[in-house]
Amino acid sequence: MQWESWSAFWEMGGAAGFVWGSYGVTFLLVALELVLVLRRRKEAVRKLLRWRRAIGKDRNGRTDARMESQ
Amino acid sequence: MLSTFLAVLRRDLLLAWRGRADVLVTLAFFIIVVCLFPFGVGAEPNLLRAIAPGVLWVAALLACLLSLHRLFAQDHVDGTLEQLLLSSESAVLWVGAKVLAFWLSTGLPVVAVAPALALLLDLEQGGLPVLVLSLTLGTPTLALLGAVGAALTLGLRGGGMLLALLVLPLFVPVLIFGAGAVEAELSGTGAAAHLLLLGGGLAGALALAPWACAAALRISTE
Amino acid sequence: MTPSDRGRSLFRFAAPQVFYPLAGRLAPWFAALAAVLTLAGLWLGFFVAPTDATQGEVYRVIFIHVPAAWMSMFIYLIMAFWAAVGLVMNTRLSFIMSQALAPTGAMFCFVALWTGALWGKPTWGAYWVWDARLTSQLLLLFLYLGFIALTRAIEDPRRADRAGAIIALVGAVNVPIIYFSVQWWNTLHQGASVSLTKAPSMATTMLAGMLVMALAAWAYTIAVVLWRVRPMILERERHTEWVGALLDQESTERGGRA
Repeated sequence: MQWESWSAFWEMGGAAGFVWGSYGVTFLLVALELVLVLRRRKEAVRKLLRWRRAIGKDRNGRTDARMESQ
Repeated sequence: MLSTFLAVLRRDLLLAWRGRADVLVTLAFFIIVVCLFPFGVGAEPNLLRAIAPGVLWVAALLACLLSLHRLFAQDHVDGTLEQLLLSSESAVLWVGAKVLAFWLSTGLPVVAVAPALALLLDLEQGGLPVLVLSLTLGTPTLALLGAVGAALTLGLRGGGMLLALLVLPLFVPVLIFGAGAVEAELSGTGAAAHLLLLGGGLAGALALAPWACAAALRISTE
Repeated sequence: MTPSDRGRSLFRFAAPQVFYPLAGRLAPWFAALAAVLTLAGLWLGFFVAPTDATQGEVYRVIFIHVPAAWMSMFIYLIMAFWAAVGLVMNTRLSFIMSQALAPTGAMFCFVALWTGALWGKPTWGAYWVWDARLTSQLLLLFLYLGFIALTRAIEDPRRADRAGAIIALVGAVNVPIIYFSVQWWNTLHQGASVSLTKAPSMATTMLAGMLVMALAAWAYTIAVVLWRVRPMILERERHTEWVGALLDQESTERGGRA
């Protein structure tokens, strides 16, 4: 074990700001990317459902030919 | 084959001559950008002398960037581009001719006034030949690389900014070796290596860029 | 593609309707793998690897800095690879892959720059030095942003795919040239970075932590890209029957919940 105590661990030999600043921002970005990516599929499905209603496709996937040709 | 090249070259040069106001605007932009620097950093001669190669090169690069959108825009609007793409002639050939005409009408004037502006910044006279040579070798490379970007952003909204974002990172090596050549000459280490690399870059761009540009034009006009 | 020849080749995974559910099944496993590897890597990096003799504790930034920098370069290469495959073989999925990779690549690029700056301050005395590696990393970020901006600016997906592929390939050709030129331009800070071989006994645990974190970055990238590819496939393939059937299912589920 490298650290005498947890407080020594958090202090990082006086470089806490640099080390935790690096790790903090990295994991924040990773979390943000994950949230955006996972939300994106739900949004796409919602958008496509709306799009399908708009062009008048019925639930069996048949298309109103008039609308589709637009 | 050569006749197509010459025909396109002659046509584009003629068009550039008729629209020479555009060329003069590019040139004026180049001059004004260079003149802004003393106002920004102060008129201390030693400082100006030190930054002169970089300033001239950056200004030349920006002037080239600013006129790039003209390269295909007009032909795209009036349908010439589609006709050229449909013709049986090799696209690489006439793309090369267009880029050459573009360089002759915008790059060459910039190269020609650069020594005068260099004197304005008090660049040592010994550096002038290398400055001209480096610009002569470097600006065609910029035009070739920029042509690919211009072809890709053809007809897009906000295409100008996008074009800048696409091609400026690609311009960096040319800028490094171009401005570096002048500095190397002035510091006494000699500019041969820089100029050779610029020439190598030009050869590489000549081999690859017209080809990529032709492909990009096909994609953009599809 | 007819059902009879679909089964014949490995290329069937290139068919969007096959890849879509596959990506959905694989992504959570890669995400879990990434989480486990990250925990292992952090444990190695913070509790096993010793304090650096010259830099103290600050060097522990290396466990994300170097994997992020590696990853940002790898991703650009993979992006260019898929772009080339797309242009040559004309497979829609390849273009989608290359576009799904770009945001993650840009993210890692930014992380490498950010951690580099925070590491640079205590070691070099400045957040930013125009060091060859930092500078080429910055230019790589610009290349990523250019690619993303171009593919987003073009509305026609067919044109966006191909134009993006061209600029990715042009960028890939230029990356080594940029790196070489930047190195040429600045040899000022050569050797300013850490040399891990100085203390061989330490190097093993440090290197192990770094490699485990690099593997975690790989797993994370694969998971995120698989997740990102899915909605892109749905949007591109919205006219097909299989997406229609899938949307039916989704709307039923949604109706059931409401």
